[in-house]
Amino acid sequence: MTNGWSWIRIATILVYLFLFAPVAVVILLAFNANQFGSFPIEGFSLRWFNSLLHNDAIVRAFKTSLLLGALTSAISTTIGTMAAVAMVRYDFPGKKAISSLLIAPILIPEVVLAVALLLFLQFLELPKSFGLLLMGHVVFTLPFVLLVVQARLVSIRRDVEEAAMSLGATPIQTFFEITLPLMLPAVMAGMLFSFTISFDDITGTLFWKPGGVETVPTQIFAMLRNSISPEINALGAVMVIFTVALPLIATAIARHMSAQRMKAKTQN
Amino acid sequence: MAADIASAQKRAPWILLSPSLTTIGLLLVIPMMFIVVYSFWLRTATGADQVGFYLDNWQEVLSDVFYRDILFQTLKIALYTTIICAFVGYIPAYFVANTKMRSKTLLLLMLMLPFWISYIIRTMSWINILGTSGALNGLLLWAGIIDSPLNMLYNQTTVVLGLVHYLLPFMILNVYVSLEGIDKNLTEAAESLGCNGFQAFREVTLPLSFPGLAAGSLLCFVLAAGTYITPLILGGPRDAMFANLVYEAIITQLNWPLGSALSLVLLAFLGGLVVIYTRYLGVDQIAKSFR
Repeated sequence: MTNGWSWIRIATILVYLFLFAPVAVVILLAFNANQFGSFPIEGFSLRWFNSLLHNDAIVRAFKTSLLLGALTSAISTTIGTMAAVAMVRYDFPGKKAISSLLIAPILIPEVVLAVALLLFLQFLELPKSFGLLLMGHVVFTLPFVLLVVQARLVSIRRDVEEAAMSLGATPIQTFFEITLPLMLPAVMAGMLFSFTISFDDITGTLFWKPGGVETVPTQIFAMLRNSISPEINALGAVMVIFTVALPLIATAIARHMSAQRMKAKTQN
Repeated sequence: MAADIASAQKRAPWILLSPSLTTIGLLLVIPMMFIVVYSFWLRTATGADQVGFYLDNWQEVLSDVFYRDILFQTLKIALYTTIICAFVGYIPAYFVANTKMRSKTLLLLMLMLPFWISYIIRTMSWINILGTSGALNGLLLWAGIIDSPLNMLYNQTTVVLGLVHYLLPFMILNVYVSLEGIDKNLTEAAESLGCNGFQAFREVTLPLSFPGLAAGSLLCFVLAAGTYITPLILGGPRDAMFANLVYEAIITQLNWPLGSALSLVLLAFLGGLVVIYTRYLGVDQIAKSFR
């Protein structure tokens, strides 16, 4: 038995290596001084990051992605959280069907979703635009926000709210004073999640983006197809930092703050 | 007053739901119905759309051997990917669910990490590993095993490899969730009744983890069969998948009626799977991994 377990442990380590080694190589090569940006490693250098900063197309793509991600996450977190509250807190006819409808974008292949939305708006003679990109990203991220917020909302107890109401708070006061602060971690999780999904998306984005507009993933994709440029690894490293390091730091700060608050409360 | 509150209670969920229902209705339901209609229109030689009820697109899509072959190839690639993910993903899921190490939280967090790392970065990272000037060729050259770099990239195997790398976390997480939910007393009971460790696993743990395995497999299969980016980055010119046909028809040829018909074929196959799955296992299992 113990022998079997150690094999399982070794296999687990290998699977983790398989998952992370290629990404680690991207980051390693991003700092490589070699003039082709490939193996062998010739020393530490920031030259590829420097050339990223001076590449207008990449800087523009980065700005587009940031704006798109921020707007997507603001919109879909707002409407997704509202839907999650309705799902968790209320009973109403057709709840199951509505729940399935709202998570349908996960179950439909993204390509089909992309085609449907694109063709419909083209039919309405609305040209491809940043707005189309935004609408697509909202539809695509909404079910994820709904699921994440819903899952965390279930664990918030209702009696605190009922206590506030019985003490004379109006439902709206109760929401802003009690429910929202308690929900904040869930809402933040939804925001981060939708930002990351939007920031990383390429499948739908390639269909929806107007000519000349690139997001970071489509920019990387274009660079891969045209020529293997060594800047790609540096851009990849920046992407990883943005979508991994930032959420980790945000979580750490949130934990730290709530720990501080707990401390302050117990001291009082 | 009481009646006011009761009716407010009734209205509240609909007010809360209306923005998302409007969004999904306008941007998903209507567009989906629209492409069904559109697939019966015709793209004429002048590039205009002929409104009407033509079966030409459907005839072309359903009878052309070219489309059928690529559909089979797509399903085959998705199947390989799913099977590999199931076998390779079960082991770490089992380890993380059963380990008593303190690093369990870290291991779990690391399972979430790939979801945050861009799909395109993870896919293209294999070029650094398997490319002619990649890590593996460098290693083999350095060790003197080969004299000139091997061409390992741009074939069906690398497409499957890229997909496995992308989808494995979905499988691991789903299997983990169902393994974590199994009462540990059950395996102990089986062992005290005379099962050896492997028998207890085969008779108790494996069947009980089946819902997670099924949810993970569904996700892997549907996501693998719907991709067109991986074959473009890691595949050769002959490794196109079905979604590549859709992309070609819509973006390159601008033949939207044909593209609609093609995407509906893809939807029929993958949506059919999802429907069968939810019929028997319910959609809840997938939602569980978000907790």
